[in-house]
Formats: sequence, C-alpha cells, structure tokens
Amino acid sequence: MMRSVFLRNAKNYLMTGMMLAATLAVLIPLGLIFFHIMKMGMSSVNLDFFTQIPKPTGETGGGMANGMLGSLLMIGMASLIGLPVGIFGAIYLAEFGGSKVSTAIRFSADVLSGTPSIITGMVAYTLLVVPMKGFSALAGSVALAMIMIPIVLRTTEEQLKLVPGSLREASLALGVPMWRTTLRVTLRSALSGVMTGVLLAIARVAGETAPLLFTALGNQFWGKDLTQPMAALPLQIFSFAIAPYEDWHRLAWAGALVLVVVMFGLSLTARYFGRTRTGE
Amino acid sequence: MPDTQTTAPPEKADKRINGDLVFKFVTTVFAFSILIILALMLAEMTSESLPAIRKFGHKFLTSSDWDAVQGNFGALPYLYGSVISSVLALLLATPLSIGAAIFITEICPKKVGAWIAPLVELLAAIPSVIYGLWGVLVMAPWLQSTVQPFLIEHFGFLPFFQGAPYGVSMLAAVFILMIMVVPIITSISREVLLTVPSSQKEAAIALGATHWETIKMAILPYGKSGILGAAILGLGRAVGETMAVTMVIGNSPQISLSLMSPAYTMPSVIANEFAEATSKLHTAALMEIGLILLLVTLVINALARLLIWSVTRSAGGGAA
Amino acid sequence: MNNIKVHLESLNIHFGKTHAVKDISMDFPENSVTAIIGPSGCGKSTMLRSLNRMHDLVPSARVSGKVLLDNDDVYGKGVDPVGIRRRVGMVFQKPNPFPAMSIYDNVVAGYKLNSRMVRSEADDIVESCLKRVALWDEVKDRLKANAMTLSGGQQQRLCIARTIAVKPEVILMDEPASALDPISTLKIEELIEELKERYTIIIVTHNMQQAARVSDYTAFLYMGDLIECGETKKIFTTPEQKQTEDYITGRFG
Repeated sequence: MMRSVFLRNAKNYLMTGMMLAATLAVLIPLGLIFFHIMKMGMSSVNLDFFTQIPKPTGETGGGMANGMLGSLLMIGMASLIGLPVGIFGAIYLAEFGGSKVSTAIRFSADVLSGTPSIITGMVAYTLLVVPMKGFSALAGSVALAMIMIPIVLRTTEEQLKLVPGSLREASLALGVPMWRTTLRVTLRSALSGVMTGVLLAIARVAGETAPLLFTALGNQFWGKDLTQPMAALPLQIFSFAIAPYEDWHRLAWAGALVLVVVMFGLSLTARYFGRTRTGE
Repeated sequence: MPDTQTTAPPEKADKRINGDLVFKFVTTVFAFSILIILALMLAEMTSESLPAIRKFGHKFLTSSDWDAVQGNFGALPYLYGSVISSVLALLLATPLSIGAAIFITEICPKKVGAWIAPLVELLAAIPSVIYGLWGVLVMAPWLQSTVQPFLIEHFGFLPFFQGAPYGVSMLAAVFILMIMVVPIITSISREVLLTVPSSQKEAAIALGATHWETIKMAILPYGKSGILGAAILGLGRAVGETMAVTMVIGNSPQISLSLMSPAYTMPSVIANEFAEATSKLHTAALMEIGLILLLVTLVINALARLLIWSVTRSAGGGAA
Repeated sequence: MNNIKVHLESLNIHFGKTHAVKDISMDFPENSVTAIIGPSGCGKSTMLRSLNRMHDLVPSARVSGKVLLDNDDVYGKGVDPVGIRRRVGMVFQKPNPFPAMSIYDNVVAGYKLNSRMVRSEADDIVESCLKRVALWDEVKDRLKANAMTLSGGQQQRLCIARTIAVKPEVILMDEPASALDPISTLKIEELIEELKERYTIIIVTHNMQQAARVSDYTAFLYMGDLIECGETKKIFTTPEQKQTEDYITGRFG
C-alpha cells in the first residue's frame, strides 16, 4: 500500500514546526531571565552598590562592595593555585603522558567537572576548616581551585595538542631543553587558546555559590584576612534573595546584573581569543 | 639570553637534564592531582560519614525521620525529592533540547544557527544562584498566582495537583531545573549532531526522504548514543544542582505525591544544615548524604562521558 | 538509439559567484550507460547532482535551465524534489550505508518510506535486490548483522541494492568505485552492465578506462563546458575536438 506523499510532507512540516516550537520553548525562559536581570538590575544598581557594604537589617541602601572584593580575592587565590596545576598537568598529558594514564586522567577530569560543587565545599571543609578551627577565605579559594583544575586541564591540553609537532622538533633540534621548548615554544604558540580556557574557568567559579557556603561562609563587613570568613558576591545574592526584605531583593538583582555582565564579558573575551586562534 | 657559546661546560649539561627531569616531575604530579582530588573526595566523604553509616546502616535510606535534636537521621525525603525533581525536569528538558539542537543544526539557516548556538552556550554558563534568584522572585510568585491555581482547579482530581498553591514547591524546582539543564543538553547534542557526516544525510535524501525522514533515518540514529550521553549529563547536573533548587523548592522534608507541595533535595539539605550542624552525628549524616550524591553523580557522569566520547572521538578519529 | 530518458537544456549551475556548469544541453538515452568524464573540478559531479536536485541542500547553489525527466521538468513549479529523488536514485563515491541499521534494514530503508510494508513483501524485496547486486550469497546468513561489518566493496553493492529497492528509473553514480580495490571495482562494473537492462545509468568517473569499459555514451566536460558527447566508441577512437583527444590520450588532466 502506498503512503501518501501529501501525508509525508504534512508530517515533515508538522515536525519542523514542533522543532521550531522546542527552540522557542528553550529560548523564551532564558530570554525572560535575561530581561528581568536587566530590568531589575538596571533600576537597582547605583554608585553605593559598588562602594558600600550591606546596611544592617531594617535600614535601606548599602551595597555589595565587600562581596565583590571578597570574590576578587578568592578568585585570585583560586587562580594562583588552580591555573598552574591545570596548565602544567595539561603539559604532562600533551607532552609526556602514556596513552592509558592520560586517558584515565582525562576521563577523571571530565567526570570531576560534573560532580556537584557543594561536594567540593564539603571536602574543603574537612580538609581546611576543621583543622584550622574556623571558616576562612583560604578554604573557599581551595574549593574554587578544585573546580578550576579539571576545566583548565582539559582546555589547555586540547590547545597544546593543536601545536604542530614540527615546531617542537625545530626547537629541540636547536638544542633547547624540553622544558624550555614547552614553555617558550609550545605553550606560547597555544597561548590564546589557553587563555580562552582560563577565562572560561574563571567565569565558571566567579558564579559558584555552593562551595563557599561552608568554607568562606560570608561576612557582613569588610574582610581582607584570608584566614577569616569573607564575603562573596554570589553568597550575598543568595542570602539577600531569600530574605524577606524588598530592599535586599533590590540589592540581589543589582548583584545578579553585575555577575552576569562580568561573566558575559569573560565569555566574550574568551570567544575572541578562541577566534583569533582558529582564524574564524 | 644564556647559552651563546657553542660548547657548554659539562656541569651546564647536567643542569639541563635536571631541568627536564624536574619539569617532567612537576607536570606529572600536577596531572595526577586530578586523580588525587577524586580519591581524596571519596576518602574524606566516606570516613566523615562513617559514624552515620555505623549507627543507621541501610535504614538511613529508608527512614524519613530526620530529627537533629533526638539524633535520628533518615534521608528518604531528600532522596525522594532529588529523584523526582531531576527525573521530571529531565523528562521535560530532553525532548525540548533535542528539538532545539536539531533545529539549530539542521533546519534553520546557517547564519541564524551561528547566532543561537553561542547564545545557548552563554546561557549554560549563567550561575545557578541567578537562576535561583529569578526562580524565587519571579517564577514562584507567577506559579502561585497563575499556574498552580489553574492546575489545582482543572486537574485537582489527580493526586499530583492537590493542595494549596504555595509558589515554592516541587513544581517550581522541576521548572527551574528544566530551564537550567536545557542549555547543557542542547549544546552537547548540537556538538554531537555536527559530527554526523554529510554522506549520511545525502544517502537518505537520495532515497527520496523528506527533511524530517532524513533526520529520523540518518541523523538521529547516528548521534543516538551521544544525545543519550548529553541527557544523562543533564541528569547529573540536575541531581547535583544546589542553589537554585534550595531557593525554590520550599525545603520541607516531606514525601508528597503532589507537585504543589514543598519538598527537599539532598544538596539542599546539605546547603541549609551543614554549616550549622552541631552534633557529630548530624554532620556525619549530612556527609553520608553528600557521599551518596557523590557516588550517584560519579556514576552518572562516567556513563554520560563514555557515551559522548564514543561518538565525538570516533568521528574525530575517522577524520584523522 | 533508445528513447531519451533525461534531457538537459542550457543547464547552468552557480555556487555563489562561481559558474560551475555552463550552458550544457545534452540527452541521456534510456536503458544505457552514459559516462561523464573530465579532469577534477570540471563540474561533472555538480552536473550529476543537479539531476536529482541534490543542490537544493546548498543555499548558495543556483540552478537554471531545464532538466527534463520523461518530459517532466525536474525544476518545474510545484514539483516535489522528494518525488524526483525517488525516480532518480543516487550512489555515492564513498559507500554510505546507515551504520545504526542491519543489512536487511539498509536495503528496505528507502522503500519503507513510501510503502506500508508487509513482512513477506519486505523479505522478497531484500532477497531480490541483494541478488541483483550479487550480494545475496555473501550475506544471506547474516541479514540482521550490522551493515558496517561488510567490506567496502560489499557496502557499496549494499548501497546500490538500497537504491534499486526504491524502484527508480534513473541511477546516478558519482565515482562509485573510486574508493574500492580492483576486484570490488570489477564487480561494480559488471553490475552496472547488468543494471542497464532495467535502468538508465549516468556515471561520473575520472577513470577513462572505466568509462570505456562500462559506458555506451560518453560526455567530456572541461571547466564547466560540455566539450563533446556521443557514442563511447567514437569518443575514444575518433574524437571531434582537439581537447577531447588531448584528454583521453593523457596529454593533460
């Protein structure tokens, strides 16, 4: 029995329409989120937001300056720990590693980057907070670093593998030692791609909240001591969003706007680096 | 720059070898740090949860009595909340994501796709606390005023839609999780679909297949396991999602069939109680929940990665 | 000469600004093999693909002029390309069986789209099509095996079986043996010889010996222009154009 061409074409249009609908269903909530962050954030953000610390309960005004400083400090610390480990680890995978060991490490890195970040916070808690007898920015930084390492490792390795072997051989043939060849030739020619990975990793941890809950804990005041609890922008957004005060919600929206702008800025810069490398 | 003379003195040569050895040693240690972190996670979480494991045994998983004062801990409501919220979110998100991925790669004009794809990836990078903020301040009130009353009125005869409209609820958690995992599944599915060789599409088209038949016959079967991997990866993300869910689920340890009532998940109870846990047993119980969460997500992620690798790797290998 | 099956009238194909096929008019006789030869980049594959509207998938491609299939305009208003492709099947350079399907399912893949299939009917089609491509004896015991377990030459014959299961009138072949070893190539060539009893075959090949062996008619394309076409014997022995002679004697290309 012949199937009607009309019915087949009708089904084709129907399915095409459904896939268009699915795409819209994907984009609309995300568009709404973006719209609300823009609308609420724009009307809430002001100079005080960047210069003041939160006001005590009941008073209006204030800002999240301490949270932004805290985030910057902890991301900086986390990068100091995480970037060298990730990049040098990637060099091992790309330049030295035997195939089985490398595959195991690669696989573990992929799996690790999918584990819930709150677990990382719990581990940092047992490793640092308990022995140091107190919540600290340092513990928060270590938790963030643990999240950065697998991301940086994987992206850097991918970039190093793109560097043609002839370049390494040319340098080695000149009598340049391996380590210097790797750092000066291989790593340098992959630099823009490595930067992409680094920026994406920073963007990822900049928004992390869960791993800081029981490490950095948060702080209502300025905190600059790495061995003490410290405020962070995502933590403040969290606690202000679930508080019952309108004015705190306003600050949370402003914080969300700042966070999103920073993240998009980092992502776009990362894309720019990625693009100059592949020449798209 | 050193080393301008043609013949290096012997001790200099030794130094070079040492340099390479040190370099190799450092990179090796750093690479293995991944394995160390993984092992450390498992070891720490296990040893810290031992008191709870010893005291409650398997009853930890079947009891719903969670009482920090009495020292009774049963994790069933959290397990239930995690399973229901993630599975429902995935059931809603997967068809949407696959549809969107197909639309982006196969149907819409290339230029439009080139805009949508990075947009979706950008959205996948939005921090969960921001999804939570939107969820609790925008979505939950909307659910409470519009969606939930509608569901209760028209579908209230079903046990899933009974009760009062609270706003913060299992329904809110399912929705926010769906919105969060959709960009992830979409962008990975898209990568998988891009690896389908054009010869496969041409084969179907030359047989007189319509566009949809080509997708069904040649494209989806080819990317099947990769798309499945993407969905499982989304499941892993949903199970482990902490902040956004904590902010919208209502944090009430009850097991209710109704999507209207508040619930609780494993990561949420950790987020809410861990910093304030006073007794050793309470901490250990939360650690055990963390351990379960870790094991579950490890298995889910390992499975997902294997599936995704099987597609994207073999495609890359074929091209090389 | 047989009836004209496919007729081209000032066919022009552009890709963006590239003029790939220039004002070609020619005929393809029914139940015969026509070979299209020429140096790579001469537009022979491009021309072939225009006959079943494969260029519809490339947004920058523009086809003008007429392609008539039994006097039906392939590019006419309201003509469904899907219907055209059922009448004009195609075999590609690289064997492309569906990897997620069995040998059996591959053969009926295209047939299934058009007809609600009864099991026994499908069995008959699989058997007859595989027999016609001389693959039946090699695979009859493992029809449910994955198609990728076959060798390259077997895969290509499977793809031909899949094409004829749709019952096309014309079969386009785009260098069907160039990815195969000499023995598999020989089998494909023998197969082409048999298939022309039922179908009109148009084959693109860069291999002049192959064109001489399998085809009844030959067209020589150069830089998008049709230089010469006619009976294969004549083209290869007494070509009219100097360029054709230079090409077939290996002086360029």
